[in-house]
Formats: sequence, structure tokens, C-alpha cells
Amino acid sequence: MTVRRTTLGGHTHEFRSLTDVLAKATPARSGDVLAGVAAESQAQRVAAQHVLADVPLATFLTEPVVGYDEDDVTRLILDTHDPAAFAPVSALTVGEFRDWLLARAAERDEAAISGLARGLTPEMAAAVSKVMRNADLVAVARRTRVVTGLRSTLGLPGRLASRLQPNHPTDDAVGVTAAILDGLLHGSGDAVIGINPATDSPAQTIALLELVDAVISRYEIPTQSCVLAHVTTTLRALEAGAPVDLVFQSVAGTQAGNRGFGVTLDLLAEARAGALELGRGTVGANVTYFETGQGSALSADAHHGVDGPVDQQTLECRAYAVARHFDPLLVNTVVGFIGPEYLYDGKQVIRAGLEDHFCGKLLGLPMGVDVCYTNHTDVDGDDTDTLTLLLGAAGCSFVIAVPGSDDVMLHYQSLSFTDVLTARSVLDLRPAPEFEAWLAMMDLLDDAGHVRELTPEAPAARALLAAARS
Amino acid sequence: MTTPDHQNGHCGGEPDPWAVLRDATRARVALGRAGDGLPTSRELEFRAAHAAARDAVHTALDADRVRTALTEAGVGLDVLEVHSQAPDRTTYLQRPDLGRRLAPDTELPGGTYDLALVLADGLSPRAVHEHAAGTVAALLARLPGWSVAPLVLAHQARVALGDPVGEALGAGIVVVLVGERPGLSSADSLGLYLTHGPRPGRADSERNCISNVRPPHGLGYAQAADTLAGLLQASRQLGASGVVLKDEGTTLPPGAG
Repeated sequence: MTVRRTTLGGHTHEFRSLTDVLAKATPARSGDVLAGVAAESQAQRVAAQHVLADVPLATFLTEPVVGYDEDDVTRLILDTHDPAAFAPVSALTVGEFRDWLLARAAERDEAAISGLARGLTPEMAAAVSKVMRNADLVAVARRTRVVTGLRSTLGLPGRLASRLQPNHPTDDAVGVTAAILDGLLHGSGDAVIGINPATDSPAQTIALLELVDAVISRYEIPTQSCVLAHVTTTLRALEAGAPVDLVFQSVAGTQAGNRGFGVTLDLLAEARAGALELGRGTVGANVTYFETGQGSALSADAHHGVDGPVDQQTLECRAYAVARHFDPLLVNTVVGFIGPEYLYDGKQVIRAGLEDHFCGKLLGLPMGVDVCYTNHTDVDGDDTDTLTLLLGAAGCSFVIAVPGSDDVMLHYQSLSFTDVLTARSVLDLRPAPEFEAWLAMMDLLDDAGHVRELTPEAPAARALLAAARS
Repeated sequence: MTTPDHQNGHCGGEPDPWAVLRDATRARVALGRAGDGLPTSRELEFRAAHAAARDAVHTALDADRVRTALTEAGVGLDVLEVHSQAPDRTTYLQRPDLGRRLAPDTELPGGTYDLALVLADGLSPRAVHEHAAGTVAALLARLPGWSVAPLVLAHQARVALGDPVGEALGAGIVVVLVGERPGLSSADSLGLYLTHGPRPGRADSERNCISNVRPPHGLGYAQAADTLAGLLQASRQLGASGVVLKDEGTTLPPGAG
């Protein structure tokens, strides 16, 4: 354990370990206070940022925050580190790395930034984000390119995709179908049509997979489906021969956190192999989908490192190492779902959303965000508008959208289909190219390429409404 | 409130072809558009629902109101009041750990009871205002012969605050009636959590939960009390609660613990 010190305004601040520096340098959030690791004053926070800026990136390869022997995520991170990819920045400190990233972003050198991914550890990404402002996070993420595909291509410049989330409290087939059609009519669903099942049973999962597969087949929609059941349930569906496009799982940044989710790295590998074998892709072969979120490790009491608790943002980045090992099509942080004890208000949610997006992309993930909130958090539609537009500017791969912002199954608010239209319109962003061509074929786009508002008599509306009646 | 229910906003007059979508789900489908946004009426409907949920979270628990409601419901038990270690709502929301512990100066009269009932504000004091008295009255009517401790009204309380309360009162079982996290269309849901042998450190897996007591839209008092009385009998017989006591939902809704 290396003690680090700095003097700021005549006061000497001392940090007992790298873990302590990372935690104290983190912009304020309630979860770190709850875990007892947050800075005790603004001055201490900035002092920690000073110290962190002087830490060589290479230090993170030799000073793990979670022990190598007791944690398989740490082993995954260090054992798969790519020194060649790391070479361009291997001599830099965290502060110099921030400057390097901003310089490459200004030069629009996407190749230089994007080529680092496998050479960076989650802790390096977390560290540099802690000394970056919101606009820095946007500017660099915008010039980081991660392109993935299965039946649509995601992450291309000038595009913003969306996951259509047609949840229903009882998984009712007609209710789910109505929400899917409403989303399609709004030009949503190019990232995935992804349902959170109300019950995690293989039979229900298979029924929903078949339902969405039938809609996708009937209208020949270039997108993919996902039922966000536990990976063991998806394995059962695979065994039963169900049309599984994507293997989904929530993942965390520690082995203990993943144990809390009931998953191991081997289990994820097995499920991915099963989905790959089906060969359901047309433009790519990315067959996994992961969700993450700051605070998930703490909520499972799985946030402990070599020197006490680790801050929630560093642990979040470690979850990205798990995700990237399985070449995902989609990864998203669920940024406002977990509650005010982890992210208290709009300021904290916006900051966390931008951090997660930036860090995920920098580490090579096709990063999306569930821009969302619960009713006991101090967040509203103004905050989600701000975050959504910032994410659009940052080149976010996809966002999540539900009918009228109201998820009637999970009881929280995400974006509405119209929020996606607004972000695309304001920022001149378009859907995934294959999906855009489908929208045009369905006569859902006007001459300027915007999703038009249909009357029920319009041919496309009649065609889609027919599915709701049958 | 004059805001029309979002399901029916377009109804009346000519049959609406979009109704095929709207009739299929409670989700807010086919809302129409104003450019790339929502029409004003839809936007304001949504804000009204969110405002009701937010206000339900931030309303203070009104002890007098609950006492009056209990009296009117015919509940004759004494009513005591306790506070958790969370001094205010802002702290309560950010520090669930403090909401699970009693304030240091708390004094409760010890005794020997079969059952203690804790009325906890949780994330919706409004749920306690509107549904606690009716639920308690219906429950007590189903428990002849049970010795029941004085009722405890708990401010800034999480479910687990029932553990130290039940222990201090000397109760064999504690039931916490707690305001659940408000949804957009359900700001007044009451949850009922049963814990056998209450003491600090009980795990969530050692509790049983009945959710969404909220007549007329959710569970009614009689129905909830029937289920809870059955669970109480079974728990007393078994000498335990939680996952060992099957059939009822035992999972905690997010944010309730």
C-alpha cells in the first residue's frame, strides 16, 4: 500500500492507498457516502484529483484495487491486458492521459483513441474520468468509435439507435405487441426489441422470444430481439431450440457481485457459444447484451477491495471488463434506476451517465444508456432531456425507450419514443442504417428522413395495426 | 383533478383506430405527437402523475391523522411514536442504513406479546395515511386471542426498523405496514412485512411480504388481512418466517428495504 500526499492551500492531504485516492477523487455521489469512502470536503476531493493526476497509468497494472488471487474479474483484467495497444499511452500519468485524449479528440483522431481499448484497464478509464469535466467526457466519447452488429449495425457516426422496451406487468402477448407496434411507428427498436419478463421462467421466456421473433419475421425488420431473463433461463431456452438472438445478463465489477447475480464467467461463455451457434446474424456476430449500473456491487455488499470499500464508479468500470470479454452487441448502464442512496439527484445521474458512457466506450464497449429515474430520486424530465442530448452529442450507441416514458412493469421512468425522435432531430442523428432503410420501405419516413406522424389510415399504420388485431 | 385518464384521453365521438393499441395495455401507447414531442395534454398528464408520486414521497407522516383514522376504524390500541436515526427526508433517502435503526433516545415499554404492528412512513407516508387504519382494523378482527402490543408509528422508517421495535416491545412476531415506493399510477401502495422473532440483523429472506394494499385499485383490506392472518398463524406454528414460509410473495420491492 503506497501512501500518497499533496499540499493544497497550505493543508496537507494524505491518502492511504490507490483505492482511497480513486474514491476521494470521485465527483460527489450518495453511494460513496453510504459506503463511507467519499471525500469529506471539497478540498479533499480536489486534492485527491491532484494526486490521481500524477499517478502513472502503468501503476494500475501493478496495484490492483481488488485482489488478483481472490477475484476473477481482476484476473480477467490483468491476464487479458494488451501491452501493444497500451504502448501509445504507457508512459503517461492520469493527468497527461486526459490531455492526450482531449488533443486526439480535437484532431478527430478516432483511430488513435479507439485503438487503445484493449490496452486500458477499467481502473485507468475510471481514473481519467475522475479528472475530466462533463464536456471532456462528451468530447472524447464522440471521437471513440465502437461498431457492432447482428441484424443491424450500431455505433456508426451520426447514428442514435434505441432499444424498444415493451414491458408488460403480466407479459401479456397482446399488451407487449401493442407497445412494440407503438415503438416501431415512432422509429424505435433498431438496437433491439428487448423485454424484461415479469417472471423468469423458461416457458415464459420462450413464449416472448417467439412472439417478438414473429413480429420481426412478419415485417422483415432488421433488428434483433432479447428477453432479459437470467442467463441460466436463456440457456434453457437455447436448449429448447427457441429463437435466441442475444444472451442477456446483468454483470458487476467483482466476482462477489457476479455471484450475487448468480453468474460466473464460464456460464456467460457457455451461453454466448450457444447463441453464436444459431448463426442468426446477417451483418455481424455480436450475440451478447449486458446491463450494468453504479451501485450494484455496494447493494450486494460486494464492493470490497484490497484496502476496504472501492468507489462505485471504479467498480462500474470493472463490470465493463466482464462485458467486453464476450464481444457484446449492446451494453448499457441503467443510470437512474437504483435509487437516491446511490445517485441522489439529476446532477449526480447526469454525471454518472456521462462517465459510464465515456468509460465504456473507451474500454471498447458499444455503450448505451438507460436514461431513467425512480420517483424517490430527485430527477425529472428536464434532467433526462439534458442527459439524453449530451449523450447524443457524445455519440452514444443507443438509449432505451418505453411508451410515454412509463414502464408499467418495472415502475420507473425511462425515455419515451418521442424523446428519441427529439434527440435525433435536434442533433441530426439517424437510426441504424438497415433499420432506416426498413422505415423508408414502410413509408414511415418523410422526405427529410424524419419519422412521420401517421394517421391510422396510412398504409404502414394499417399494416402494423393488423398485427395488434391478430 | 380534471385530467383525463391517459387511457381514455382520445375516447368519445368517432371510434378511434388507435384504440386497438390503447385497449391492449395500460402502457402509455398511441399518445400522438406535437412535432417530435408529446402533445401538451399528454405531457401535462404525465407531469401530474409524476408530481403525485413525488409528493407522496415527500409528504410528512401526520401522526394525528393516523390516530384519528385508527379511532374511526375502531382500533382501541395505544399508539406510540418513534423516529429512526435519519433526521430528515433528504438524509432518509440517501441513508437507508439510518432508517433501519432507532433514534438513540428511544424508549419503548417492554412486555410479552404475540404480535407488534409498526406503521412506518417508508417511501409513501400517504399510503399510511390512507390505508394503515383500515388494514389494522381488518387484521385485528381476524386475530381473536392474540396479544397485540401498542401500535408504533415510525417516522423516517425502513422495513427493518421493525426489528429493534419488535424486540424492545417483546413481540414474537412484528408486522411492518410501510408506504411503498410510489409508481406513476400508484402513489399510495401499502406493503405488509412479517418477521418472526424480530431483532436487529434479520435478513430480508427472513421476511414475508404482501404488496400493493391499495383499495380499490390494488389489494383490499379484507383480502390483505385474510392473507396476513393466515401467514401469522403459520409463522407462529412454524416458529419462523421468510422463504421457509411459502406461497406469498417474499421478495422485497426495490427501495423498500
